[in-house]
Amino acid sequence: MKTYRYILIFATICSTLLFVHCTDADDNGNVIGLVTCSDGLQNGDETGIDCGGSICEPCAAGLNFSGTFTQEDQIGRPGINTVFGTIGMKDAFNLTIPSEMQAAFQSNFQSNLLALNPDYTTNALGLDATAFTTLLSNDVLWVAETGITTYFNGTEVLTGRALTDDVIDVSLLLIFGGPAGMDNPTLISDFVSENDASFSASFPYLANPF
Amino acid sequence: MKKTRIFAVLGSLALALLSVVLIAADHLDAPDIAGTSSDIADFYAFQGEDPNNLVFVVDVQGLLAPDRPTEQAVFDENVLLEINIDTNNDLVEDKVIQMIKRVDPTTMEDTMYFFGPLTVQESETGVDSTIDAENLSGSVKISTTTEVQTTTSNGMMFFAGPREDPFFFDFDRYNQILSGAATGFTDPGTDSFAGTNVLSVVVEVPKVLLGSGFAGANPLAPGTPVYGVWVEAKRKQ
Repeated sequence: MKTYRYILIFATICSTLLFVHCTDADDNGNVIGLVTCSDGLQNGDETGIDCGGSICEPCAAGLNFSGTFTQEDQIGRPGINTVFGTIGMKDAFNLTIPSEMQAAFQSNFQSNLLALNPDYTTNALGLDATAFTTLLSNDVLWVAETGITTYFNGTEVLTGRALTDDVIDVSLLLIFGGPAGMDNPTLISDFVSENDASFSASFPYLANPF
Repeated sequence: MKKTRIFAVLGSLALALLSVVLIAADHLDAPDIAGTSSDIADFYAFQGEDPNNLVFVVDVQGLLAPDRPTEQAVFDENVLLEINIDTNNDLVEDKVIQMIKRVDPTTMEDTMYFFGPLTVQESETGVDSTIDAENLSGSVKISTTTEVQTTTSNGMMFFAGPREDPFFFDFDRYNQILSGAATGFTDPGTDSFAGTNVLSVVVEVPKVLLGSGFAGANPLAPGTPVYGVWVEAKRKQ
């Protein structure tokens, strides 16, 4: 009985030490105790000498990150190049930085919008063809600094893009739906309103692969 | 009358557009994976489970068949992925998060390395980039289909590996409409991306690391401060 108590006390002290020896109030990455990120040894859960694991900086020594990398593809909002890019411009759009997009592509986007929907006047956002394609040709996704982040959720508009957002229906409605979003009823929704797998509320959010 | 005109126009556009659409969708220019490792399939940006954080999802090499996505596609060591963040509405990046695969020299495992958010000087913007190797913020072993790896460092969370493709769209019907073979969508539609996978990189970043955004850009929510974000794939020259 007595022995059991000693074991219990010993275990308690040990487990307390386990948590204590890794804490460090100044939060600068070093570790109090036997395992440190500067002892020249691979110890603790380090994956290399003094790097990796849960405490030390990632291991990158000896890795080569040199060189110049040149743009081949880019995307901000979903489907912009798909819907509005045309022959000879798709590759160019992917090679263009956002600050140069409007000058290069807005008029072409507007022609394509009016080709898709010759009756376009304004859309449910109240944007005429010029305003709408100007907004779209600057292919940058807005994401709200605080609050709800969604492409459209019935209330918030263009404050981000969540995994569950039906971005295709939003795009179709804005292209074909007219001022009230009611025109062309068979063209304003693809009638696929959700993904075929459920998302997680926690990191990394996307579903496991099939 | 109205619709007839639309479809007449759609039909006349068919040949021109169809060929473009089939290769143009960010998703669908990757069915032949060889040589297309820089193709971005999708990009998401949303508030994290922790409302102090933003989450960025970059999908590449889409439409991977079930069961063996990593046999069909892997991250390319010559392709740098960059999340760009504009904080002052000039459509030029002010912060950048860089991501690239290397083999971890100690574990010999495929690993994604993350740099930043880096503060970008005006002279460093544009189509060419170099990696700011001094500002490594974290790394994560690339996940397999069954073993999910995530790491946390410098307040950020990291994931890289195959995921179920979160995109949904009756893309086949859309192409039929553009080609004149169909006049509209049908209810219910068919998700052309159902049952397919994609290679994903997910980064969760404390908003405080991004600085303040800007208000007034979004005509539909002018009072809401936002960041302007986009992703680029850049190949080593």
